[in-house]
Amino acid sequence: MSRLNNKLSGTDNVNDYAISATQLTRNFSNLTAVSALDLQVEKQTIYGFLGPNGSGKTTAIRLLTGLLKPSSGEVNILGCNLPKEAQNLRMKIGYMTQKFSLYDDLTVKENLQFVSKIYGLTPNEQKARLSELLSVHQLTQQSNQFADSMSGGQKQRLALAASVIHKPKLLFLDEPTSAVDPQNRREFWEQLFDLCDQGTTILVSTHYMDEAERCHKLAILENGIKRADDTPQNLMDNMAAQIVEIGAKDLRHIKDQLIQLPQVVSAAQLGTHLRVLVNKAEDDPVALLQQQPCLHTSDKLALVRPSLEDVFVSCTNQKITDDSSTTSQGGIG
Amino acid sequence: MKTSLLRIQSIVIKELLQLKRDKMTFGMVIMIPLVQLLLFAFAINTNIRDIPVGVLDHSQTSLSRILQQTVSATGIVKFTHSYTSIEEAQIAIDSNKVRAVFIIPQDVSQRLVRSSSVGLGLPASSKQETSRPVAQWLVDGSDTMIASTIKSLRNMPLTELLDKPANRNTATFETTLLYNPEQRSVVNIVPGLVAVILTMTMIMFTSAAIVREQERGNMEMLITTPLAPLELMIGKIVPYIFIGAIQVAIILGLGYWVFNVPFNGGLTQLAIATFLFICASLVLGLVISTIAKSQLQSMQMTVFVLLPSILLSGFMFPYEGMPLAAQYIAEALPATHFIRLIRGVVLRDVAVVDMSFDMLWLITFTCFGLLVAALRFKKSLD
Ligand SMILES: Nc1ncnc2c1ncn2[C@@H]1O[C@H](COP(=O)(O)OP(=O)(O)OP(=O)(O)O)[C@@H](O)[C@H]1O
Ligand SMILES: [Mg+2]
Repeated sequence: MSRLNNKLSGTDNVNDYAISATQLTRNFSNLTAVSALDLQVEKQTIYGFLGPNGSGKTTAIRLLTGLLKPSSGEVNILGCNLPKEAQNLRMKIGYMTQKFSLYDDLTVKENLQFVSKIYGLTPNEQKARLSELLSVHQLTQQSNQFADSMSGGQKQRLALAASVIHKPKLLFLDEPTSAVDPQNRREFWEQLFDLCDQGTTILVSTHYMDEAERCHKLAILENGIKRADDTPQNLMDNMAAQIVEIGAKDLRHIKDQLIQLPQVVSAAQLGTHLRVLVNKAEDDPVALLQQQPCLHTSDKLALVRPSLEDVFVSCTNQKITDDSSTTSQGGIG
Repeated sequence: MKTSLLRIQSIVIKELLQLKRDKMTFGMVIMIPLVQLLLFAFAINTNIRDIPVGVLDHSQTSLSRILQQTVSATGIVKFTHSYTSIEEAQIAIDSNKVRAVFIIPQDVSQRLVRSSSVGLGLPASSKQETSRPVAQWLVDGSDTMIASTIKSLRNMPLTELLDKPANRNTATFETTLLYNPEQRSVVNIVPGLVAVILTMTMIMFTSAAIVREQERGNMEMLITTPLAPLELMIGKIVPYIFIGAIQVAIILGLGYWVFNVPFNGGLTQLAIATFLFICASLVLGLVISTIAKSQLQSMQMTVFVLLPSILLSGFMFPYEGMPLAAQYIAEALPATHFIRLIRGVVLRDVAVVDMSFDMLWLITFTCFGLLVAALRFKKSLD
């Protein structure tokens, strides 16, 4: 976090932002996919978009890369106004799409060669860059394999390699690790931090909590609206709810009862415990819950530190089901 | 400029690699011209022969049998059935057993001696009552081609029949058939087929090749790169120019060696005409790709262009015989102009510049189409 604090100081000038968007809105017929989004991303930071399916992450990224035209609002990327100056940005930004967008019927190497030529690398540069990228992204062994036949995680590593081939200043990653296992995800993020240290600004969308927690700054999106926007630490500290953990029998029954209370934002079972989010306005949440008839005096109740998942839940007011695999990753962290 | 060429080159290489691996498309490149050539050259024949016909002989004399043999000897019809009543004959025509019935009347010998067709009779106009037709054809007239072929028998000379010296009748007009004296339809069909096949494959391949990038999501990546729309389009077109050239070589080569279609023109002229047409077709494919949302749609739109290109371009039916509205449509199609050019080059050895209208029209079409495609091509996902 110390690195981040250095970054956060002394940023008054617009040009210090890699991305700045004001009141960015995009409508699809009668649906507003992104609504009045204000966004400031500082240079050389990793910024996260956290949001459930359909919350407008991809649409927001498409607006920021100039792929879609905004219905209203302004976007300034690296000092260039979109969509007018989009052409000037092409060499400076890299974009890894959510859906694999390289060629399935080309090999890893051919795909990378294709992209490097598009970015105008000379044959010598290309050779050096390709072998570097192949080894960094652990694709050397697969270099002659067709993209089609690779595993989901390998494909995503290839896509990342292709998106940084021209050393972009600003990198957009749309759910880059959705198919990557936890071990490789760790390495994937090591590479992102390396890129960041080399001066790249990264905007990454995700619905993994552990990934969101690694971002320098985070925006939580829901239904196209930005619900919160801060460092993960501040988000957890300033959360609008308090967490009570309950250890008891028959948690499912207790959960069904507690959820009826107006003060309870949400309740989710995590293993042998029930995690209950209570509105911040409540002075003594433990006492409130203890009074409930469904709880016995022998049951253990304790006020605990909020996790990012709690922030996410309280922001989006979304009641997470117990078996949700996507959001439980690192949720208790 | 240099990076621009590099980008075009990268698209071309990628396209060739994909084409090489797409066995189906690659096979189509070769098979479409082969199969079409064989189909059209063998199946489409305007010189109709051996039409199955029946005979209803009321006369039953040796003369009537000789008459039947004389008609049969022309090779146009083949007598397959014989009937005893007109009703029977009618049923046979209705059920498509025979296309026509030859009805020989009882008094055929009397009619024959007075007939002008044996060269003895007086002109029919002056002695109508004495000169009557020798026999009658009852024809299923629904197929105009068959009907007119049988109608051509109407005035066949019957001089050999009565062993009389041939009538030294001189024709009113002398006609000299240039370029295709034997009147083989394949001579006209093969060059025209080049236009039809190129229309089909060139439009289909390019439109599908670009729509495919959209369908598979590659476009989302390409748009954020420095690749310009025009570079993408040119890169996509170039490989297909070569493929078009291969197809032309297959069609004309087979036409020359297998079907004996004369090749009178120069190769350079052929190359110029073909290049102009390939470009026009590819550009049309590009325009389609900016409208179609899926490969299926691009396929349907190709068929939409292909059908008039087959029917109105002069490939199957002469341009002159079409109503004015159809002629206007035909003029708009690149295939019409190319068919004129390639028939001119291959059969009559003209230079492309001598047919400047068709040449200029193809060039104009290409430039205009490229402009439309580049304007319509959106460098965004909306
Ligand atoms: N081209 C489009 N036309 C119409 N609606 C669209 C279009 N693209 C996106 N939407 C709608 O906009 C909303 C936001 O979609 P978006 O793809 O941005 O979500 P997301 O946050 O990326 O979701 P996910 O996590 O599933 O990728 C969705 O309701 C979607 O249906
Ligand atoms: Mg998305």
